[in-house]
Amino acid sequence: MSARGSDEVQAKLERLGRLRRDGGALRDYQAPRWNEPLIMEQSVPGERGVLVPLAEDEIKAEVGDPLQYVPATMRRPAAPELPEISQHQALRHYLRLSQMTLGMDLGSDISEGTCTMKYSPKLHEELVRYHKQAELHPWQDEKTLQGLLRIVYDCGEYLKAISGMQAVTLQPGGGSHAVYTNACVMRAYFAARGELGQRDEMITTIFSHPCDAATPAVAGFKVITVMPDQNGYPDLEAFKAAVSERTVGCMITNPEDTGIYNPQIDKYVEVLHKAGALAFTDQANANGILGIARARDAGFDACHFNLHKTFSSPHGCEGPATGAYLTSDTLAPYLPVPLVVKTGDTYHLDYDRPESIGRVRGFLGNWMGVVRAYAWIRGLGPDGLREVAEISVLNNNYLDRLLMGVRGVSRPYAEGHRRLDQVRYSLESLKEETGVGTEDVRDRMVDFGIQSFWMSHHPWVVPEPFTPEPCETYAKADLDEWAAVVKKASDEAYTDAAFVKASPHGSSSSRMTGLEALEDPKQWAFTWRAYKRKIAANG
Amino acid sequence: MADRPFVHPYIPNAVPATKEAMLRELGLDSVEEIYAEIPDRLRFKGRLDIPEPILAECDLRRHVKGLLDRNTSCEENLNFCGAGCWQHYVPAVVDEVINRAEFLSAYCGANYSDLGKYQARFEFNSQLGELLDLDGVANPIYDWGDVAGRSFRMARRITGRARVLVPRTMSPMRLAEARTLCQPEVMPSHVAIDQVDYEPATGRLDLADLRAKLADDVAAVYWENPGYLGTIEDQGAEIVRLAHEHGALAIAGVDPITLGVLTPPGALGADIACGDIQTLGMHMHAGAGCSGFIAFRDDDPVYAQECPLELYSLLRTETPGEWQVAEALPERTSYGAREQGKDWVGTASGLWTIAAAVYMTVMGPQGFRELGETCIARSHYAARRLAELPGVEVKLSPAFFKEFVVSFDGTGQTVAEINERLLDHAVFGGRDLSAEFPELGQSALYCVTEYHSEANIAELAIALKEVLA
Repeated sequence: MSARGSDEVQAKLERLGRLRRDGGALRDYQAPRWNEPLIMEQSVPGERGVLVPLAEDEIKAEVGDPLQYVPATMRRPAAPELPEISQHQALRHYLRLSQMTLGMDLGSDISEGTCTMKYSPKLHEELVRYHKQAELHPWQDEKTLQGLLRIVYDCGEYLKAISGMQAVTLQPGGGSHAVYTNACVMRAYFAARGELGQRDEMITTIFSHPCDAATPAVAGFKVITVMPDQNGYPDLEAFKAAVSERTVGCMITNPEDTGIYNPQIDKYVEVLHKAGALAFTDQANANGILGIARARDAGFDACHFNLHKTFSSPHGCEGPATGAYLTSDTLAPYLPVPLVVKTGDTYHLDYDRPESIGRVRGFLGNWMGVVRAYAWIRGLGPDGLREVAEISVLNNNYLDRLLMGVRGVSRPYAEGHRRLDQVRYSLESLKEETGVGTEDVRDRMVDFGIQSFWMSHHPWVVPEPFTPEPCETYAKADLDEWAAVVKKASDEAYTDAAFVKASPHGSSSSRMTGLEALEDPKQWAFTWRAYKRKIAANG
Repeated sequence: MADRPFVHPYIPNAVPATKEAMLRELGLDSVEEIYAEIPDRLRFKGRLDIPEPILAECDLRRHVKGLLDRNTSCEENLNFCGAGCWQHYVPAVVDEVINRAEFLSAYCGANYSDLGKYQARFEFNSQLGELLDLDGVANPIYDWGDVAGRSFRMARRITGRARVLVPRTMSPMRLAEARTLCQPEVMPSHVAIDQVDYEPATGRLDLADLRAKLADDVAAVYWENPGYLGTIEDQGAEIVRLAHEHGALAIAGVDPITLGVLTPPGALGADIACGDIQTLGMHMHAGAGCSGFIAFRDDDPVYAQECPLELYSLLRTETPGEWQVAEALPERTSYGAREQGKDWVGTASGLWTIAAAVYMTVMGPQGFRELGETCIARSHYAARRLAELPGVEVKLSPAFFKEFVVSFDGTGQTVAEINERLLDHAVFGGRDLSAEFPELGQSALYCVTEYHSEANIAELAIALKEVLA
């Protein structure tokens, strides 16, 4: 290693850390505040944003008025009331909206725990915008998609190596979609064994993602939720009691949202297998265990990854996303069609899979995410992936050290055990002592240019929760700054609680009013036309 | 090991001195002490079986781009295949906005950090509502087939009935997705999907068959406009009337790019509309450009309450004149109610809604109208050119928007053979329908949009002529 002298780096780190922790160097951030009207309010009749091609004269001469081919009942009687606006004004509007969005590239998304807000390399964006990716039709002849099919096939092989599984589909359009795919695959497995009428219960845990409960319900199963024991693990005795001849399987996360690795996870799987049931683990976020532990090695029959979390695809204001779903050989026959297969040096789409569940998504899925994940894995290699895991875990424990020194912050469960990639903290004592709760602190973070933090999925088993996840992307100084902002908010809570409760003070808008509209049919307005109609009706 | 020691540019704390400082702060010698939380029997002892890294960005770019270069794109070949993923022109300004780092890299930040994202979503919903003539528009999810299935489930929740009717011309791919969502018959919450015949001469829904199959156990009647086979369905109002007469909901599946010229589902009386926004400013990306929407009437709150997707409402703030946008009825979703939620929501296609917002803005009412007229004119012109070729016939109704069925039965060649030979002319032919709709013989679904010039159509006709000679 030919890094700079260790002393020089240490001195710099200490200086940066001191600045951050003293609070003196916290940013005096003011978010852009454009007071931007809605685009519909900016319409000027007659303005155009883009001109579209018109049919050539020869075509017009031959086919005549195109509307004659539209049956009378289907000719739109009045034009849609879309905005009419010139191109620069339209661009400017949306650029202002982008500025009033604190994206991960600009801010510090350590805040969004469970989401793995890692850096999405810009090279990948160039690759997916390339016309040989962007301008492909999904039903082109396979011969003309060989590059893409190879990338998808190879990426699938890498994900198999990372999970230890034997089969993969990259069709699901997101993490929850992959979890749903699992519920359907398990359903098909038991249908093939003639046990579907008998088995109708899926087990999950309260600290598993809500989709682990919701998607098996959509697949038609009853859902049993196991609560944590005093260590924060799903209660093993309660779990055993839930398993019976009615059990389809489990859909659980490990580590769960608490960041605690369940050291007996294989025992839960054994309990299921003994009852003839199946085990799925939700690995939407696998950042802390890449190259460290594999789902198949713990006995799981299936797992999934979110390519927009662990594998770097950008989050894009919640998509487009890709879910990778992986299974053992036993469940492979039920995967959705088509699968990418390799024969010699050529790649094919295999639709001839009679036991398949059919489709969960149209065409091939979102393979933009696969191209990015492929590039990311190829850029890191086996040691790089392991380093991702190790640094994520180190970052998390370092941040934990800082946060546990902040007054009002506690870390429920499993005292004496280290968390892996994230931690669910509680601000319960801060709330009790100052009246400032987690939502107030969340809003105050924004005043320092830090993304408002993720609290918890519902229900809040941990009171006044927050869940940071400082993945490998973040530098030590970023971690110091993040903790310093929480400390600042805590200090303020004990000295001037009203100030924190009135935050944010420097965001893109003032505090919202009229929140009752969100539940009131007479006031809620999902579109501008509804707003205008309801305002008129309500006076 | 890698071929040289390196600190990866995406991992700042991999600098050994930084790592040491952090470990020292924690009183640890190594990260292994943290991993002691994982029992030895569950540890992976090997080295991941994936290739060694390509370290330099320049080399990685060369490698991946080299693989992508083995594809042939629709910029190199002329593409006449649509069938659910369509090649329309994407204005440059759309890409400029969605490639902004703030939008590209944002996630689920709350209102005060991400006002712009929420406002853009509301503007998307509002503009799509104008095109559809419906007041309620939800945040889109995976794609058309998915939202069709979700609409059927929504209709079941609203009506308490467990059977829906769909046209036999419904896209088989969309039907397959919907069937997965509606569950096998053995499941207790199964929704049966029954198909209604189509008129063989036109491709329109067979109303006599619809009347025969409609009964008081039907939750919804679903129809598509234009249909998968391209036909403009002109019986929408009658389909709605018949559905309502039996207490069933009317669900329209629509391609929103047609709505500058075609009557919107709201005006036809549809209770729910669904479809794909891929045409509104998304590149095809081999199908990744798809994103499904659900819209509904808002004169009865039950539609919003049973909608399975996230809803956003316009709000005011403490500053007069200022807008905010926040999630309405959040406890209705899987995030709010886990297995008690209405289906589920999750990360799906957020960026595409912003692209579509920009697209609808720059197109405006005049752009949509002109685009519709151009699609109709050029597709009809193309149909005539192809029908001139020996043995080639254009089938079904002359009322189509951009797609039409071309029969090659009289040529003695299969669509597969023809499409294979068209590749030598740098042309992607239409979607082969012979497996999906065997009654149409050797037919293909051709798609011509505003993207295709008269010269492009002439190239297609010449290529086909040579292939069929």
